[in-house]
Amino acid sequence: MEELRKKARELLESQAVKVIIGYGKGSSDQARTVFIRKPEAVDKLIQDESCVQNLAVYLLKPEVKALGKPAIVAKPAVLRTILQLASENQIKDGELVVLGISPDNKLIEFPDLKAVEDYVSGLSFEYSDADKALLEKLEKMDRAERFKFWQEQFSKCIKCYACRASCPLCYCSRCVVECNQPQWIPVAPHQVGNLEWHIVRAMHLAGRCVNCGDCGRACPVGIPVHLLGEKLAEEIFKSFGLKSGTKVQGEYALGSWKLEDKEDFIR
Amino acid sequence: MEIERKLLKKGSLGKLFEKITASGRRILAPVQDGENIFFKEVCSPEEVAKDYIQTTLSAKSAVFPACEKLFEYKFEGREVKIEDRDLNFKPTVIFGLRPCDARSFSALNAVFSWDYQDELFKKRLERTAVIGLSCGKADEYCFCTSVGGGPGDSQGSDILLTQIGSGDYLAEVITEKGKELVAISPELFEPAGDQDKEKYLAKLPKQFELKALSEKLPGLFNNTELWIEQSLRCLGCGACAFVCPACVCFDIQDEAKRDGGVRLRCWDSCGFSLFTLHTSGHNPREVQNQRWRQRVMHKFSYFNDRLGVIGCVGCGRCSRICPADMNLLEHLKAIAEAGK
Amino acid sequence: MSEFEPKIVAFVCNWCTYAGADLTGTSRIKYAPNVRMIRLPCTGRIDFMLLLKAFDQGADGIIVSGCHPNDCHYTAGNFHARRRWIVFRSLLDFLGIDTRRVYFAWVSAAEGAKWAELVNLVAEEIQKLGPYDEYKNLMSRGIE
Repeated sequence: MEELRKKARELLESQAVKVIIGYGKGSSDQARTVFIRKPEAVDKLIQDESCVQNLAVYLLKPEVKALGKPAIVAKPAVLRTILQLASENQIKDGELVVLGISPDNKLIEFPDLKAVEDYVSGLSFEYSDADKALLEKLEKMDRAERFKFWQEQFSKCIKCYACRASCPLCYCSRCVVECNQPQWIPVAPHQVGNLEWHIVRAMHLAGRCVNCGDCGRACPVGIPVHLLGEKLAEEIFKSFGLKSGTKVQGEYALGSWKLEDKEDFIR
Repeated sequence: MEIERKLLKKGSLGKLFEKITASGRRILAPVQDGENIFFKEVCSPEEVAKDYIQTTLSAKSAVFPACEKLFEYKFEGREVKIEDRDLNFKPTVIFGLRPCDARSFSALNAVFSWDYQDELFKKRLERTAVIGLSCGKADEYCFCTSVGGGPGDSQGSDILLTQIGSGDYLAEVITEKGKELVAISPELFEPAGDQDKEKYLAKLPKQFELKALSEKLPGLFNNTELWIEQSLRCLGCGACAFVCPACVCFDIQDEAKRDGGVRLRCWDSCGFSLFTLHTSGHNPREVQNQRWRQRVMHKFSYFNDRLGVIGCVGCGRCSRICPADMNLLEHLKAIAEAGK
Repeated sequence: MSEFEPKIVAFVCNWCTYAGADLTGTSRIKYAPNVRMIRLPCTGRIDFMLLLKAFDQGADGIIVSGCHPNDCHYTAGNFHARRRWIVFRSLLDFLGIDTRRVYFAWVSAAEGAKWAELVNLVAEEIQKLGPYDEYKNLMSRGIE
């Protein structure tokens, strides 16, 4: 924490960056995002287990961009997000300073995005025990049981789009649901509307989702939407050997193809 | 009507639920679902969640559903047949509604009976009775006392239950509807003694002066810096509006099939950028700080000015579920205390 | 006694499968009448939402068919489609949607007989599975 604050103060005093996007104390026992612009305010920055939100979601917001060049506090999940955004040409070297936080809470300074790539390649990304258990449970169910499980979950959905808003990779200025010529996905929060929304979001994120889990955390009614991203990330790695958020110039699984792509269901 | 005080033994709840269900009414009550609590249809008090401060979603879907059919239409040859929806709603008793939520019905009603009498809403509200439950506990997100309410406030409840030391309930019968409910099984409602209701209510001091807030707001409209500062971390999801018991914005959707279709009314939120997007492409609330300003001004300034009711009941749900930890109460305090 | 006649929607590419189905007709090969064909320029253009919309509108079974790998009229459309189907199919399966009702195939312009065989197979299998009531029953849920 002290190293982080020291570095943050340096960056602001030298005006190398105009804003530090990091975590501060929030309500109850949560952390919340803080935008530090004055060197004296760096003591607001904290770094502990309560700091879970994926801060990269703020990098592409017009109001945050208007503040100037940012430095962003980046845990491993955020580092992957930054790489994925770079692969999608949303951010470039020199546009931001990455203040990496290692899994054991140490500050890592990265001179450029390539350094982030090298660092990330040495990390392992595991799903949480709870997620692994739930994925296993779903795997063991038969199709009809799985259908029942997800329909019950989706019946809670109120189409608040907190999952979309909290996702750093859902940055489309006009989301597909907002197009009404044609109205591809029903707006209404009825059973079919909810199912189709979650299917579309999972597919539009397939090969891009970095499994940060923020969508599941953001859902006010407790639907484990992040599981869809986890399942598809597994499938894409298994079938195509690709993992999102690992390279500065990553390959988009659904934008490329190989002659050798294998499947067992096309007649 | 003068409030009647009765005693409802906790052991009588089972019989009460039975009698209510037998009278043709459905009971909606808070039910635990993993880490969340939702209002669901129940038959017995065992199903009701115990020992909680507030539910995840409000009970507004009982009178203002998340997705409601307005009418259906079918093509028959060259004719279009329109079927208005059935207004015969099943009478409902909402059990265990907190006083803050009970107050929200007057905010909803103010909008739906303002320039147009919304028949659907009116009919649903007419057939809904509320057995409220006072709060013995509050958390740091609650602020009902700052917006004119309180943990034992009776406005909006037809019967208000306060759990007293023995586990039994002091039942205040507030309205005629409440009397009708008592009449379903009068033997369960014994005369009350001189139990002191205040003793069993949560202590929740006021966190800010509503008057100071309402007076400052109109002058702050053009203070863009303030709104930007407050809303920098807001993600623009609609969750706050959707869980709010007093938020009433809606969207109308037509869903068509080859041989007909349906018109639906669904919840909407001013937090979405799409909310104010004009067909021309112009958006008067293009950036999040304008939408955040709208949320605060609408609930704490315009609503009161136009409809004479405040647009917020201090339930704290918005802050509890906010993925960015916006914490409305903090922002309101900051505004009310600015310039001190 | 009315026997269940499945409604099958087929999304086919113009250059291969549609032409192949045409050949089936000109060869006077009889096959099950349950299929409704939707012609697209290429399987690469098939949006996964189209399949869901087919189920929405009452389809009991779906066929998706196009050119064999390396034979795509637009060079690589079917390769992109193949990747998309691999991912989409695993998502559908994960969500419990009946993937036994969705068939994928490569049918070339010369494979008139294969098309007939395929449709007959699908019609028979869907007939055995019955109408897709599970999905149809979703349509009215959640509307008050």
